[in-house]
Amino acid sequence: MSRDAASWYESTARARIGDLLDDGAFTEFLPPGERATSPHLALFDLPEAFDDGIVVGRGRLDGRDVFVAAQEGRFMGGAFGEVHGAKLVGLLRAAFEIRPAAVLILFDTGGVRLQEANAGETAIAEIMRAICEARIAGVPVIGVVGGRAGAFGGGGLIAGTCSGLVATEQGRIGVSGPEVIETNHGVEEFDARDRALVWRTTGGKHRALTGGADAFAEDAAAELRSAALGLMDAAAPFDAGTLRAEHDRLAGRLERFGSAQDAPEIWRDLGVTEDVPALDTAEFGAVLDRIGGRHGAR
Amino acid sequence: MERLSYGHDTDAPLGGDRADAIHGVVASGNLEVLMERVLPAGRCEVEIATPLSGYEEVWAAVVSDFVERVQPGGVRVSINDGGAQPDTVMLRLLQAARLMEGGR
Amino acid sequence: MAQDDILARLFPEGHDVRVADGIATGTAPLGDATATVIGIADATPLGVEGALSLAGAVLAAVERGDAAPILVVIDSGSQRMRRRDELLGLNEYLAHLAKSLRLAEARGHPTIGVIHGHSAAGAFIATALATRMLVGVPGANPTVMDLPSVARVTTLPLDRLEALARDTAVFAPGLDNMVAVGAVHRVLDAEAPLGAQLAGLLAEMPDRDDRDRLGAERGGRPKAAEIAARVVEAARDA
Repeated sequence: MSRDAASWYESTARARIGDLLDDGAFTEFLPPGERATSPHLALFDLPEAFDDGIVVGRGRLDGRDVFVAAQEGRFMGGAFGEVHGAKLVGLLRAAFEIRPAAVLILFDTGGVRLQEANAGETAIAEIMRAICEARIAGVPVIGVVGGRAGAFGGGGLIAGTCSGLVATEQGRIGVSGPEVIETNHGVEEFDARDRALVWRTTGGKHRALTGGADAFAEDAAAELRSAALGLMDAAAPFDAGTLRAEHDRLAGRLERFGSAQDAPEIWRDLGVTEDVPALDTAEFGAVLDRIGGRHGAR
Repeated sequence: MERLSYGHDTDAPLGGDRADAIHGVVASGNLEVLMERVLPAGRCEVEIATPLSGYEEVWAAVVSDFVERVQPGGVRVSINDGGAQPDTVMLRLLQAARLMEGGR
Repeated sequence: MAQDDILARLFPEGHDVRVADGIATGTAPLGDATATVIGIADATPLGVEGALSLAGAVLAAVERGDAAPILVVIDSGSQRMRRRDELLGLNEYLAHLAKSLRLAEARGHPTIGVIHGHSAAGAFIATALATRMLVGVPGANPTVMDLPSVARVTTLPLDRLEALARDTAVFAPGLDNMVAVGAVHRVLDAEAPLGAQLAGLLAEMPDRDDRDRLGAERGGRPKAAEIAARVVEAARDA
C-alpha cells in the first residue's frame, strides 16, 4: 500500500507521523525506550504504554522545521493523563523557545483520563496556556482532527485554542460527547446511537461549514499535509484584533443559528441545499468555496 | 498487573542494525512490543506486563517459540499487554523483529 | 457560599457586579485599581451564551487598555451538556474565553481566579484554570467527575475508589486534591478578611506557569514537571 493511500482514521499515532512528515525526518523526544510511563495506571491495574499514548518530536514538513505531537486514540481513548499531558506541555514550551515553523497537534482524544482526572485537567489548562504563548511568540499551532476519538472534552478546548484546524469528515470536534449528554439529559436530548445525528452535530463537515474547522481534507495523510501547510501560512497572530474578530464571529454564529434545531437547518441557512453527508471531498470543497466564510479569526 | 520475565540463549544475533523498534498499541486484545539491542549477542530477555493473571505457561510457550524461530540474540523485548491472544502476541513479536532487521 | 456573600467579602468597599442567568460581570475596587470582575454563580453550567459574554467583558477590559486586574470568581457547574451547545461549537466559545484571559495577561492585566463553590470540567478549564493565579476559598469543591461516575466509567467498585482516593490526589474530587496537583496555588484563610488577602496576591503573581512545579513539590503530580523539562531538553539537543 502506498503511504498516502492509508486511512488516517484507521492509522496509529506513529504511522500518522511517518505518513505526514518528510521521509526519515522525525526525531522523537522521550521515545519508548525512555519509559516515560504513567505513575498512576498501576493503581487501577491498568496496563501502561511506553509513550503514555502520545508521540512528540521534531521533523520536517515539506522541508520546514516542525514540532509534532500525535495522540494514540486506541490507548485509553487518547486521553490526557499526567505524563501524556506533560509531554505536550514540554513540546509547546520548547516551541516557544526554539521557534520552529509550526507545532502540529494530531488529535485523537476523548479528553481527560479519568484515572488521572485532576492531573489531566490541569495539564489541559497548561497546554492551552502554552499554545497561546507559542502563538504570541509567532509560532503557529495547527491541529489535525481525523482520528477515531476526534477532539473531545478538554481536547476540544485545546483544538479551539489552535491557530488553525483541519478536519476530516470523521474528525469529530466537541466538548461533551453524545453519550455524556444522553446520560445527563436523556435520549430525547441526544440519541448517542443515532450515528447520522452524531456526525452532523460534531463531524468535520459541519465544523468546516460553520467555521469550527478552517480546512477540510480527505482521510489521507497527503491531503492533510497540504491543508496543514496552507494553515501554517494563513495563521492569524495572537492579538486583540484576532480575538475581537473571533468574538464577532462567534457572536454572529449564535445570533444567526442559535435557535436552529439541527445541523441541516443551519446548512440551508448558509445556502447549502445539497445532501451534505453524501458529498465527496471534491464536491464538498466546492460547496465550501461557494459559501466562503474562511475567517482566520481564531 | 502480572509481571513475567524470561531469558533465553540464542544461536545467533538478530539481523539488522536498528538499535530499537516499537510495534503495536496497548489496547483491548492488543499489545505493544519494544525491542532494544542492548544485550550480549547470544542472549534474549523478554519482560511482560499483563493485566490478566494465570497465563504464565502460555506466555512461556509463545516466547520460546518466538526465540526458536527468530533467534533474536542481543535483544531485550519489553511487552505491555492489553489482553492479547497468543497468535496476536506472536504476530507483533515477528513484526517488531522485522523492524529491527530493517524492514518496514 | 452564595455569590452575593462571597462578593461582599472579597470587595468590602463595594462593587457593581451583576448576575444574570448565573453569569456575573462588573467591576470592583482592588488595591489601588478598579478590577474587572467576571464569574459564574449558583453552580450554573457554562454554555455558549455565558462563555461569550464573559469573554466579551474580558476583551472590553483589554480594549480599555488600563492593565487593571481581572478577577474570575467561580461557583459553576461543568460545561452545559446540551446538544444545542455542541451543534453551535461550544468548544470554540470556551477556548475563546480562555484565550481572552491569556491575551489580557499579555497586555498587563493580572488575572486571578477565585473558586469558592463548585466547578468542573470544561467550565473550570475555561475560567478559573485559565488565570495566572488560582486561589480557593475553604469549602470550594472543584471536580472533574464525582466518584460514583468514575466508578461507573472505570468499572471499579466505589469503595475501592474511595480507598484509593485516600492515597492519591490524582483523580478524586475536592479542593485539597486540586491544591496537591498544583492547579490551585493556595487556599485563602476564611477567618481573615478576604479582600486584603486578594489585594495581597497582586504582589505575588508568578512570572510563568508554575503549576507543574507546585504539583511536584506537593506530591500530587510526581512526574509532570520533570517530563515537560526533559522534553524541552531533548528539543534543544535535536
